[in-house]
Amino acid sequence: MFKAFLIKYAEIGLKGKNRFVFENALRDRIQEALNPLGEFLVSKEQGRLFIECPKNYDYEETVEALGRVFGISSICPVVVLDSSQWEDLTQGVGDYVEKMYPDRHFTFKVESKRADKNYPRTTPEICADMGAYLLKRFPEMKVDVHNPEVRITVEVRTKSYVYSIVIPGPGGMPVGTNGKAMLLLSGGIDSPVAGYMIAKRGVSMVATYFHAPPYTSERAKLKVVELAEKIAKYTGKMKLFVVNFTDIQLYIYDQCPHEELTIIMRRYMMKIAEKLAEEEGCLGLVTGESIGQVASQTMHSLAATNEVCNLPVYRPLIAFDKKDIVEIAEKIDTFETSIQPFEDCCTIFVAKHPVTKPNIKTIQKSERKLEEKIDKMVEAALNTVETIVVG
Amino acid sequence: MEVYLDNSATTKVSESVRDCMMKIMYEDYGNPSSMHLMGVRAENYIKEAARIIAETLKVEPKEIIFTSGGTEANNLALIGAAMANKRRGKHIISTRIEHPSVHQPLVFLEENGFEISFLPVDTTGKIIKEELYKQVTEDTLLVSMMYVNNEIGVVQDVEEIVAELKERKKDILIHVDAVQAFGKYRIYPKRMGIDLLTFSGHKIHGPKGSGALYVNRNVRISPIMFGGGHQRGLRSGTENVPAIAGLGQAVLELYTNFDDKISKMYELKQYFLREVSSLPGVTINGLPKECTDQFEMEQIKKTAPHIMSVSFDGVRSEVLLHALEDRGVYVSAGSACSSHHPQPSVTLIAIGLPKNLMDSTLRFSMSDLTTLEDIQYTIAQLKELLPMLRRYTRK
Repeated sequence: MFKAFLIKYAEIGLKGKNRFVFENALRDRIQEALNPLGEFLVSKEQGRLFIECPKNYDYEETVEALGRVFGISSICPVVVLDSSQWEDLTQGVGDYVEKMYPDRHFTFKVESKRADKNYPRTTPEICADMGAYLLKRFPEMKVDVHNPEVRITVEVRTKSYVYSIVIPGPGGMPVGTNGKAMLLLSGGIDSPVAGYMIAKRGVSMVATYFHAPPYTSERAKLKVVELAEKIAKYTGKMKLFVVNFTDIQLYIYDQCPHEELTIIMRRYMMKIAEKLAEEEGCLGLVTGESIGQVASQTMHSLAATNEVCNLPVYRPLIAFDKKDIVEIAEKIDTFETSIQPFEDCCTIFVAKHPVTKPNIKTIQKSERKLEEKIDKMVEAALNTVETIVVG
Repeated sequence: MEVYLDNSATTKVSESVRDCMMKIMYEDYGNPSSMHLMGVRAENYIKEAARIIAETLKVEPKEIIFTSGGTEANNLALIGAAMANKRRGKHIISTRIEHPSVHQPLVFLEENGFEISFLPVDTTGKIIKEELYKQVTEDTLLVSMMYVNNEIGVVQDVEEIVAELKERKKDILIHVDAVQAFGKYRIYPKRMGIDLLTFSGHKIHGPKGSGALYVNRNVRISPIMFGGGHQRGLRSGTENVPAIAGLGQAVLELYTNFDDKISKMYELKQYFLREVSSLPGVTINGLPKECTDQFEMEQIKKTAPHIMSVSFDGVRSEVLLHALEDRGVYVSAGSACSSHHPQPSVTLIAIGLPKNLMDSTLRFSMSDLTTLEDIQYTIAQLKELLPMLRRYTRK
């Protein structure tokens, strides 16, 4: 029965003079999300967006797609009445209620807005008179202005809009309004969630995955591509860089103390990711690290990893418990993919007793043993990066 | 160079199988149950496939039931025989090295009131015959065993075991999973006393989704799939005509130059085993105890011609598999295993393979298309890769 949606946004409504930037971005993101589903028309209209749906569109599918567009605070399927003449308006709202609610034993309240200040009724009058009309037409309904079961909103403009369903959107800000960041995507549970969370603040995403054939398999890589595709459902098209890390990893294995392998490896991952990030014009790195989760994520280890980066490293999950991360992973549908049992390059050579309190000086000393070849190897890794576009 | 040594997983479809299937899909695509000529033509393909298979097994065409493959045939054999004959007994004997498509239906039957004995095997994978015979009681309905083990290539003395079992209990039912044996041995179920025999198409250059169960006409089984009553009510569902005809075609080709093909595979196996065992830290699984490091043909011939199971000490099978893959050699891991989710192989556990080798075992499996060059290339790659991979391990 709905041929259109009203989209409301929260935070971008607060922006000052650059508000139009945010509104335009949200309009574009919605348009992009709906393009694959048909010919939807998205337009800006005084503090909200209006979507006109094509004939035979799929309601569920559309709501689902809108539910993934950051910046939307609520989605309201709406009925549009061409005439705002009072008789037409009451008839239209009455018909809406009749169709929408076959069982009308509920309490309700009418809320209204009017853009046309010359409209013959004021806002409170619209509410009161519309309520009276509905009570007369449907005697089984009761008014409750404080705690109504159904809120019927009538917006009077040149045309009028009626709605009573408000579906919460994902919140956040439209992707593309807040710069770009490089996500270190491993294939585990955490990093896709971290990417999702930063993207939700309006940040565009690119991602890097470290591949170590033959120690990690082609299927492990495909799993990461699948995760990237799931993140791209929220971010739109996303670049995924696949770095072949085998030689660097084996070189560290040969030269450095085994219990420091993971930390040194991660320092080089950060360095490589940062190089790629700079080339892409990113303003920061994003990781799924969380304090104390594993040996390489103690406060000491994080400090040691962090030390090699010039760009800020964003760690949105830093204080999250695993179960809270899993909850989000399930919500964004990455969990099932993440738990597929493939080795990733952080686990293949992991020491039985890795250092948990690495000393930066000691690590730097160990890294000096890499001086002979490491720069060339990093350069080779950067030169052989494979770029995959997902979404 | 590309060397496909994973023929126990699946094989390449032969050209004539492909041509025959294409013709059916594009020209003779009728439903065999249809009354018109198109239906008759389709039905004839099924009859012809049944005839070819029956001839090679020396059984009657009506004793062949086409299925979607080995898994379905095993399910139908076990669940079908158990349901139809439950009044005769509730005890079923099998082994610990069966394929999951035998093991899992037996677990299902166990949950539904049957008593199952899963017998251990010796360190070479052979059924311990005395143990087996001891298990037979008045209540024993069925014995199910695999002819050739899919992981290590051990061959059971099916004929001898079946004769002894039937000696002890005349009406005992025998099911043999011959998925890995079919096309490698001449199997005559009637002469050998086998009542139910499973085989599959895609292990013998036929299409995936094809397989069959031989059911002795004196043995009653219940269907596990219900519907339009196709194949004498034992397997409802429109027959997969292209797959069935493809299976028939593959079987037809199996037995041309049969002896040559098999002895060529044994020669390659001997060559491979001699070469691979000369590398350090290598253990060969599933060979007879009497077999020495000379790998006498007499001993090798006691095992399947096409399967070699090799453990490489200190190398993780998954890593070696991918490293070989990188050089164009495709093999299987004896046990799919990662540090997070160990799924050790049932056969390797049953033969008591030491824990450190469990995750270091590869299966190389040949077909009649495998050449000496393939094997030489593979050995050369192993020679290069093993020392390299052994340098880098978890410490």
